[in-house]
Amino acid sequence: MWEYTDKVKEHFFNPHNVGEIEDADGIGEVGSLACGDALKLTFKLGENGKICDAKFKTFGCASAIATSSVLTDMIKGLTIEEAAKVTNKDIADYLGGLPEQKMHCSVMGREALEAAIENYRTGGRKKHELEGRVVCTCFGVTEAEIEKVILENNLTTVEQVTNYCKAGGGCGGCRGEIEKIIEKTQGAIQVTGQGEGRDAAATPGKGRKLTNIQKIQLVQQTINEQIRPALRAHGGNIELIDVEGNKVIVAFRGMCAQCRLTEVTMKDVVEAKLREFVSEELFVEEDNDSAQEPHNHRG
Amino acid sequence: MKTIYFDNNATTKVDEEVFEEMKPLFCELYGNPSSMHTFGGQISRKIRQARERVAGLLGCEPSEIIFTSCGTESDNAAIKGTLAAVPNKRKIITTRVEHPAVLTVCRELGNYGYTVVELGVDKRGRLDLAELEEAIDDNTALVTIMYANNETGVVFPIDKIAELVTSRGIVFHTDAVQAMGKIPLNLSKSNIDLLSLSGHKLHAPKGVGILYVRKGTRISPFMLGGHQEAGRRAGTENVPGIVGLGKACELAAKNLEKENSKVKYLRDKLENAMLEKCPDSRLNGDKDNRLPNTSNISFEYIEGEAILLMLDKYGICASSGSACTSGSLEPSHVLRAMGVPFTAAHGSIRFSLSRYSTEEEVDYTIEKLPPIINRLRELSPFVAK
Repeated sequence: MWEYTDKVKEHFFNPHNVGEIEDADGIGEVGSLACGDALKLTFKLGENGKICDAKFKTFGCASAIATSSVLTDMIKGLTIEEAAKVTNKDIADYLGGLPEQKMHCSVMGREALEAAIENYRTGGRKKHELEGRVVCTCFGVTEAEIEKVILENNLTTVEQVTNYCKAGGGCGGCRGEIEKIIEKTQGAIQVTGQGEGRDAAATPGKGRKLTNIQKIQLVQQTINEQIRPALRAHGGNIELIDVEGNKVIVAFRGMCAQCRLTEVTMKDVVEAKLREFVSEELFVEEDNDSAQEPHNHRG
Repeated sequence: MKTIYFDNNATTKVDEEVFEEMKPLFCELYGNPSSMHTFGGQISRKIRQARERVAGLLGCEPSEIIFTSCGTESDNAAIKGTLAAVPNKRKIITTRVEHPAVLTVCRELGNYGYTVVELGVDKRGRLDLAELEEAIDDNTALVTIMYANNETGVVFPIDKIAELVTSRGIVFHTDAVQAMGKIPLNLSKSNIDLLSLSGHKLHAPKGVGILYVRKGTRISPFMLGGHQEAGRRAGTENVPGIVGLGKACELAAKNLEKENSKVKYLRDKLENAMLEKCPDSRLNGDKDNRLPNTSNISFEYIEGEAILLMLDKYGICASSGSACTSGSLEPSHVLRAMGVPFTAAHGSIRFSLSRYSTEEEVDYTIEKLPPIINRLRELSPFVAK
C-alpha cells in the first residue's frame, strides 16, 4: 500500500475544480490511456490578468488525481508569468510529498500547465507534444524532458528518472542513454578519468588483452547479465549470433514495434554496454536474416 | 468499520479450528521432532498426522509430501531440483501467465544457457495444447504450468497436460497454489510429477508450503543440511505451521462442496451485478473454466489504484492489475499476455472470495462499487458527459 499524505488523500477523495471550462483561455492535455494516466487542464484569465478559474479532468491513480486537484488550486490568482514558474517539485511539496515512484504524477501536472500556457500564448498546440529527440520510445519521453526533471529535482540515478518521468520504465532499452544524460546534465566527471577505475574493478575482463574465446565468453556474459534482463521486461530478447574480430552480430527477438523503430538506438545501447564491459573496440551489427515480425504491445 | 475481505487469492484468514490445533505447539509442545527424547518424539507424530491429512486431501501417499516454507520455495525447489537431476537436458517449457515464483525462476535460468519456451494464451487466457506438444523435444527437461491463474482464476486442463507431457518421458510440475481447496484435486488419477502448494491460501498460516513429489521422480534437494523430510528438505520443521496446514487440508476436503456451491453463487452474484450496473466493464478470463471464487473485471477509462482506494474507504479489500498498484509502470503481465488492451488492463479489479464471504458483504459491495466507478469516470477526460 502506498504511503500517501493526508493532503493527497484529502484531494483524492474530495478533488477541487473538477471539470472543463467551456470558453477557456488556455487548454493543456498530457498523457494517454495507454500510459496509465492523462490530464486535461483548462484555465480562464480574469480582467486583472490573473488566472481566475482552473479546472481539470484526470485519468489515473490517486496521486495523479490529487496532483491535478492541487495544481488547479495553486495556479488560481497567479499571473501567466507566475504560473509558468511552477515546478513539479512545488506541486509535490504542496501535497506534503509524494511516494518516490509517484513523482511522475507531479511532472504530468507541470507538463499540462506548460501546454495550457503555451496554448494561451500562441493559440497553438493544446497537447503536450514531444519536442526534440525521443529517448524513451515506450513512454515517449524526450531528452529535453529528462534533462528538465534531472535539473528541477536534482536526480542522480536512472531509477529516479524513471520515477519522475517514466523514461526507462518500459523495455529499458534507453537506460544506458539516460545514464549519459544524467552525467551530462549533472556535469559529472566523464567516464574517462575517475570512471575508468570503477569500471575496471567491476569488470575484471576489461583492460587486459583477451583471447578470442575469452572475448566471446565475456560478450555472452555481458549480454546475459547486463542487456537481456532489460529487454525481457518488455517481452523482448537478444541473441548473440556471431563474433567476427571486433564485430558482434546480434539478433533482437520479440521486440515491440516501438522498440523496433528505434533499432539504431537499441543497437547503440548494446554497443555501449559491450564497450563498457568487454572492449572499447567492439561494434555491433544486427543480423537481419533472423529478424522476426514485431508485435505491438500497445495492442 | 467492518472489513469486507475479497482478496483471498492474496492470502486468507487462518481458520479458528486451525489456530486451536496450532496453539499447544508454541509454549507446551515445543520440542524438536528430530530429538530422541519422548518430549520431542511426540512432535514427530504430529507431523506424521499432518502429512497424512495433506495426502488425504490430495489423494497421494504421505511419503510423497515434502513440507517447505512457502509456495515460492516449492516452485524453486521443483524447477531447480529437476534440472539438477537431469543435467544433460537444457530446455524448460512454461507459460507467459505464470506466477512470478515460476516465471522469474525460468527467466533467470534462461540467462544461464537454458532455453525457455513461454507458451502464450488466447484472449480468454486459455492455452493451445498443440503449441505445447510442438514445443516438447528430446532436450526438454521440465514442463511447468500453473493449475489455476491467480489473477483471472482461469483453470488449465492440467490432467490432460500432465498426461501429454509425462507420456513423452518429461517431468511435469504444476503450481497449484490457487487451485488447492477450491477445485477437486486428485493426484491418484493424475500424471502430475511435482505440485506446489501454499498454506496461507488455504486458511492455514503464512510460512508453510508443500511440494508433492511423485514416487520415482528424480529431484535434487534444494536445501541441504540435516536429514529432515527424509533428506529432501533440510531445516528444522515449522511445526505449528505444518500442523496447522494439516488441519486446514482436512477442513478443505470437508468444505470443497461449499466452495463450489456457496462461494460460486456469491461470486457470480457479485460479478453479474458489476457487469450489469457498470457500463464499459468487461470480464477477464475464461468464464467456463475458472476457480469458483475469483472474478477479474476491467472498468474502462479509469485506473485500478484509484478504485481500490475508494473501495478501501468502505473497508472493501480487493486487488488490481493496474501498473500503479505494483509500483511498476506496466500493467499485469497476465492481462497483457491475454491481449487485454492497456486501456482495460489499467482499470482491472480482482475480487477473490472465500468460504467466509457472506451475501451481505456481496450486497454491500454491489451497492458501493457502481457509484465509485461513476465518480471516477466523472473525473476522467476520456468519458464524454
